[in-house]
Amino acid sequence: MDSVFSNVDRAPEDPILGVTVAYNNDPSPAKLNLGVGAYRTEEGKPLVLDVVRRAEQQLVNDPSRVKEYIPIAGLADFNKLSAKLILGADSPAIQESRVATIQCLSGTGSLRVGAEFLKKHYHQSVIFIPKPTWGNHPKVFNLAGLSVEYYRYYDPATRGLDFQGLLEDLGAAPSGAIVLLHACAHNPTGVDPTPEEWEQIRQLIRSKSLLPFFDSAYQGFASGSLDTDAHSVRTFVADGGECLIAQSYAKNMGLYGERVGALSIVCKSADVASKVESQVKLVVRPMYSSPPIHGASIVATILKNSDMYNDWTIELKGMADRIISMRQQLFDALKAKGTPGDWSHIIKQIGMFTFTGLNKEQVVFMTKEYHIYMTSDGRISMAGLSTKTVPHLVEAIHAAVTRVD
Amino acid sequence: MDSSFSSIAPAPEDPILTVYFASRDDPSPVKLNLSGGSYRSEEGKPHVLQVVRRAEQHLANDLSRDKEYLPLDGLSEFNKLSAKLILGDDSRAVEENRVVTIQCLSGTGSLRVGAEFLAKHNHERAIFVSNPTWGNHPNIFSLAGLSVEYFRYYDPRTRGLDFKGMLEDLGAAPSGAIVVLQACAHNPTGVDPTLEQWEQIRQVVRSKSLLPFFDNAYQGFASGNLESDAQAIRMFVADGGECLIAQSFAKNMGLYGERIGALTIVCTSEDVAMKVKSQLLLVVRPMYLSPPIHGASIVTTILKNSDMYNDWTVELKRMANRILSMRKQLYEALQARGTPGDWSHIIRQIGMFSFTGLNEKHVRFIAKDYHIYMNYDGRVSIAGLSSKTVSQLADAIHAAVTRMA
Repeated sequence: MDSVFSNVDRAPEDPILGVTVAYNNDPSPAKLNLGVGAYRTEEGKPLVLDVVRRAEQQLVNDPSRVKEYIPIAGLADFNKLSAKLILGADSPAIQESRVATIQCLSGTGSLRVGAEFLKKHYHQSVIFIPKPTWGNHPKVFNLAGLSVEYYRYYDPATRGLDFQGLLEDLGAAPSGAIVLLHACAHNPTGVDPTPEEWEQIRQLIRSKSLLPFFDSAYQGFASGSLDTDAHSVRTFVADGGECLIAQSYAKNMGLYGERVGALSIVCKSADVASKVESQVKLVVRPMYSSPPIHGASIVATILKNSDMYNDWTIELKGMADRIISMRQQLFDALKAKGTPGDWSHIIKQIGMFTFTGLNKEQVVFMTKEYHIYMTSDGRISMAGLSTKTVPHLVEAIHAAVTRVD
Repeated sequence: MDSSFSSIAPAPEDPILTVYFASRDDPSPVKLNLSGGSYRSEEGKPHVLQVVRRAEQHLANDLSRDKEYLPLDGLSEFNKLSAKLILGDDSRAVEENRVVTIQCLSGTGSLRVGAEFLAKHNHERAIFVSNPTWGNHPNIFSLAGLSVEYFRYYDPRTRGLDFKGMLEDLGAAPSGAIVVLQACAHNPTGVDPTLEQWEQIRQVVRSKSLLPFFDNAYQGFASGNLESDAQAIRMFVADGGECLIAQSFAKNMGLYGERIGALTIVCTSEDVAMKVKSQLLLVVRPMYLSPPIHGASIVTTILKNSDMYNDWTVELKRMANRILSMRKQLYEALQARGTPGDWSHIIRQIGMFSFTGLNEKHVRFIAKDYHIYMNYDGRVSIAGLSSKTVSQLADAIHAAVTRMA
């Protein structure tokens, strides 16, 4: 019998996931996985936060809790608390009821729902994204029906921000175009604008009536401070203008697999926010009806209990500090070894990832000879390093840089 | 500064939700909400299965568990067990590796992912749904890019199946069109084809090369028996042909809010199945990256443990039996009152819902004078009834039918 799907092509494997597959297949005991963006402890293990386990126990042991459908927009208290977390408890936008917040499936789900909403209701359907950006971004926006353009972002010469290029490209964008901004801890480069640079970006965006869409996947995880990492988003909201925010709890609460996040749309008025929310629900219902209850309940439990909230901030700082320490250790070790080149970008970049500057050939070399796995663009996950494994990585980088062009 | 969203209209309110809000805001102590689609106990309360609570405790107490991202296609053990549940332990299609199953967000998510895949890869865009069907079906398929058509299904005169109309309309469908078939316990009518009728439907579907897409939301919940409720699907799979199946654990495991389900695509060969799977992942990744871990873990824990599995079947049968008992009690109460009309459809229909045959005027009257809430199309959730409230509903129906046309 013929298949109706006989003309379906085999899809190419996802490059980032392919790294983990290759890593898993490597029998070497010295292998090191610096590919995927999930936090690892000093022992190289996944981490479930203590406060998350506590919250989960509390929920599971509460016989009054049920598993009914939650509203299409998600858990109400989760939504309020999430908005407060990113915008600040004293945010006028919240006090004026100008913020529509909808629980979504982590950052990806928030981006997709937001993009589908914009495609349907916003007059511009082009979105500008930084070059480079997270591999999944273009697909999320394309499938939502938006057309994707790039603005310059990373400067390989400095391994820092191409600020001139960024301002030029955003300055040339059509009025009203959507602009994707990584709120902090840019993925994959780790390069963030300074507060002064953010202010210039904000002025440019507002003067061209561009619509900011923030991807906030690392709040608290970048600097260790929730407020500091929210700074860029808050300066935009403080100017009274509109924006979208995709918020994820995957990294900062370690809730990766629970798929918890929120889409916030900051509007000019409460009336508009209310209409916007009603329309976002029409995007959600035919996609998955309503979001899952478990992850959002864990987050809400933690955010609304001041002891748990405090414990969370401590554990979060612990994770961020370990990553910052790994950056310092790697930099110091490369300097001590005398590895040619300027490696200061390792401590200047921020967040989970470092764009090492290594090229494809060097990456392949490091994988083959040293069993070190990273994405082919030279991006390494600092969260996958430990004090014990830094020397191995340094050896590999040194060899790659001195032996391979 | 004008809002970018100032011209957005408020979304029309979901009709089912309107009824829910009216019932929620009714101060009457005797109010009864029969509009929703979740099971209620004899005490009128939401019901969490005991075996689910046990599984959840077991998971929360297992400190070796982490919250890492699931693979794009979900929890692999969950996928295998779900396929076996619907197709049978001895399914040849499963043995021949012709079945691809991916975890999705309950039934809705499975339908949407399947529909997006079909819109991209099926040569025919038309998808036929029953008249009437679940309110969300048309939206799901339209937004995925398919074009929705209807086949006759419900006969208001008999309050049963318009079998002749159904066969005619399917017979006239273009070759290769997709046909949505509710596997059992049709929502909203409660009207299912007999096995003999299913066989004729199968022959028409296969002879016209139509592609069946089963919506399987009530396996075990309709008759009380998991195998019986799977027969229609298994009949189709047994003929060696292809089909899609959207499977939900919302009702039969009471996991509504956890959003747990699976999309299965039965193909004619293992090679095709692998290609199909790789393409499904391309639909999922830009939608929400990967599915949530919690609900899938609960289902897996139960399905793979034979004691828990048995306990589940016992609780499932109890729920199904309570609903069957409510149907009988309602029917007998109407007979006892001598309510004009033939009410036998109440005991002939199956599953959570009954299409009472009441019209909108009756429904509004009943809401106003008897504080009983049902959908405007006359659909009543039998699962929301109890022995205590049956007479209240019988009185209301009697009054409505005798006092208005």
